[in-house]
Amino acid sequence: MRTNYKLGALVLAVAGLSACRQDMHDQPKYIPLRPSEFFLDGRSARPLVEGTIARGHLNDDTAYYTGKGADGKPVAEFPFPVTKEVLLRGQQRYNVYCTPCHDRTGNGNGMIVRRGYRRPPTYNSDRLREQPNGYFYDVITNGFGAMPDYAAQIQPQDRWAIVAYIRALQLSQQASINDVPAEARGQIGAAK
Amino acid sequence: MSQIFHHSTNTFTRITLFGAVFILGFLGWVMFTLNGSDYVTRATQAREQPVPFSHAHHVGGLGVDCRYCHTTVETSGFANIPPTKTCMNCHSQIWNTSPTLEPVRASFRTNQSIPWTRVNDLPDFVYFNHSIHVNKGVGCEVCHGRVDKMPLMYQYNTLQMEWCLNCHRNPEKYVRPREFVTTMGYQPAGDQEEIGRKLVAEYKIQDARTLTSCSTCHR
Ligand code: HEC
Ligand code: HEC
Ligand code: HEC
Ligand code: HEC
Ligand code: HEC
Ligand code: HEC
Repeated sequence: MRTNYKLGALVLAVAGLSACRQDMHDQPKYIPLRPSEFFLDGRSARPLVEGTIARGHLNDDTAYYTGKGADGKPVAEFPFPVTKEVLLRGQQRYNVYCTPCHDRTGNGNGMIVRRGYRRPPTYNSDRLREQPNGYFYDVITNGFGAMPDYAAQIQPQDRWAIVAYIRALQLSQQASINDVPAEARGQIGAAK
Repeated sequence: MSQIFHHSTNTFTRITLFGAVFILGFLGWVMFTLNGSDYVTRATQAREQPVPFSHAHHVGGLGVDCRYCHTTVETSGFANIPPTKTCMNCHSQIWNTSPTLEPVRASFRTNQSIPWTRVNDLPDFVYFNHSIHVNKGVGCEVCHGRVDKMPLMYQYNTLQMEWCLNCHRNPEKYVRPREFVTTMGYQPAGDQEEIGRKLVAEYKIQDARTLTSCSTCHR
């Protein structure tokens, strides 16, 4: 019968090993979005205590963070110089977050609109062309009518980049062949 | 005393002694294959979700970019599962009476999280980071497969150490230009190895020695 004890011990040891392994695989620590049994709402991510300001997030530059001046009206000027990099970044972000509804040209015929979402107005109207830059920033930050807000998904820097790109889209829809440099005109027909 | 075993058992013993090597080898092979098989790694098995969210519909059908929902994938280690608010951006108006979407609306009303089932899950002793991979031109598709064809999400690769190392040794076989990281069905414009080597240099991807050192992933 002695061998059977040995066998039993071995089985136990192996079982013990596998238990350790599992512990190291799922350690009792919080990783992002892991549920918690400790907090009532079941979330390990805790809401910030009211009034908390993270270092570097005082956001006291109201024009930059709200798009509005001291008088509460949308600002006209851009908070930073618009370079080609800013425009390209704006284009990329616009194509990710806005095209589902506004489509790539800004005419408001995106895929979600074709599936029944309320149709947004085109950017290429005189009314929207005359709006100051801060107005567009505000629409992204707070939403507008049937349009949801994008404050949680897009960082302020990128919101401004998108505004710059919308300006480019508005220009592009009014451009004539005379706006194209003479040496590049041949390429337009070729691209079609 | 008469012999208990017949003479022929000698041969039998010899064969089994000799064969043991093969039998052990075979068993080893079985273990190895089994360990990397879908049955053990749970790859390619779709998981039940509280809402049958379909990437095939939203990515393949509607063309929504990954980053619309997985917002932090370029800037942090964690790719982020979208909060209910992101779903409600569209579903406040679209299919807003669908019974399938009731858990989403309930979550929005009551401020209770939707308990999504985790699909890709590395052991906690492994350090993984999305942002470095995405910014150095490793496409989602390489690791997660054709997400735009998945009605329900499943794990595409084994996620075993061997798999990570395989790429860390030869990243040029997999990297693509950064602007295509979220593209599904990407085809390299030319020879992958050649483009890959250029990109590895351009993105300053470190050498295999650094990328396969234990402390890269176990820190
Ligand atoms: C889910 C669909 C959807 C998405 C995505 C979306 N919008 Fe809209 N947007 C709308 C709708 C609908 C309207 C019209 C709202 C109304 O008139 O009630 C609108 C209106 C607008 C307007 C015009 C406001 C006015 O004065 O008429 C601007 C500017 C705008 N959106 C910018 C953006 C930008 C920038 C993005 C990307 C960050 C974006 N939208 C993403 C649906 C969307
Ligand atoms: C409309 C929002 C949305 C879009 C767009 C989207 N996803 Fe997801 N994704 C989700 C949700 C919600 C989940 C969690 C439910 C699930 O696992 O199916 C998820 C889960 C995942 C998972 C599995 C997470 C886990 O538990 O391991 C991966 C991988 C993933 N998405 C990759 C992608 C990729 C790659 C793209 C772009 C091609 C993409 N997603 C686009 C919403 C989205
Ligand atoms: C960009 C807009 C958009 C977003 C964001 C979005 N959906 Fe959808 N969803 C749609 C559209 C449009 C359909 C209809 C599909 C079609 O017509 O192909 C749909 C269909 C669905 C369906 C099938 C409904 C049914 O009754 O069969 C489910 C389930 C669903 N979505 C879940 C989600 C969840 C969960 C999220 C959040 C992670 C989400 N969706 C985010 C646009 C969106
Ligand atoms: C190098 C391989 C690799 C690439 C490239 C990659 N992923 Fe992942 N992804 C993983 C692994 C591994 C996990 C599991 C992480 C864990 O368990 O900690 C994961 C997990 C996820 C999750 C679950 C949440 C999380 O972060 O754990 C989502 C969502 C996701 N990936 C989306 C994406 C999207 C979108 C892209 C492209 C922009 C992408 N992934 C690119 C390997 C990759
Ligand atoms: C398809 C290719 C590929 C796969 C698969 C892959 N990686 Fe990577 N990984 C890379 C590349 C490329 C880099 C960037 C290296 C650099 O910048 O020097 C990287 C970088 C990393 C880094 C950061 C290295 C550093 O110097 O800080 C970690 C950590 C990492 N990977 C972990 C993993 C883990 C864990 C897995 C498996 C779950 C994995 N990777 C799978 C290609 C890959
Ligand atoms: C590229 C990332 C990466 C590197 C480099 C790496 N590992 Fe791993 N390692 C992993 C992953 C991912 C797993 C989890 C595998 C699984 O879940 O099956 C793992 C698991 C392990 C395990 C546990 C195996 C088990 O089954 O529980 C050990 C031990 C280990 N690694 C040792 C090492 C050593 C030693 C080195 C250096 C020579 C090393 N690793 C380098 C990614 C890495």
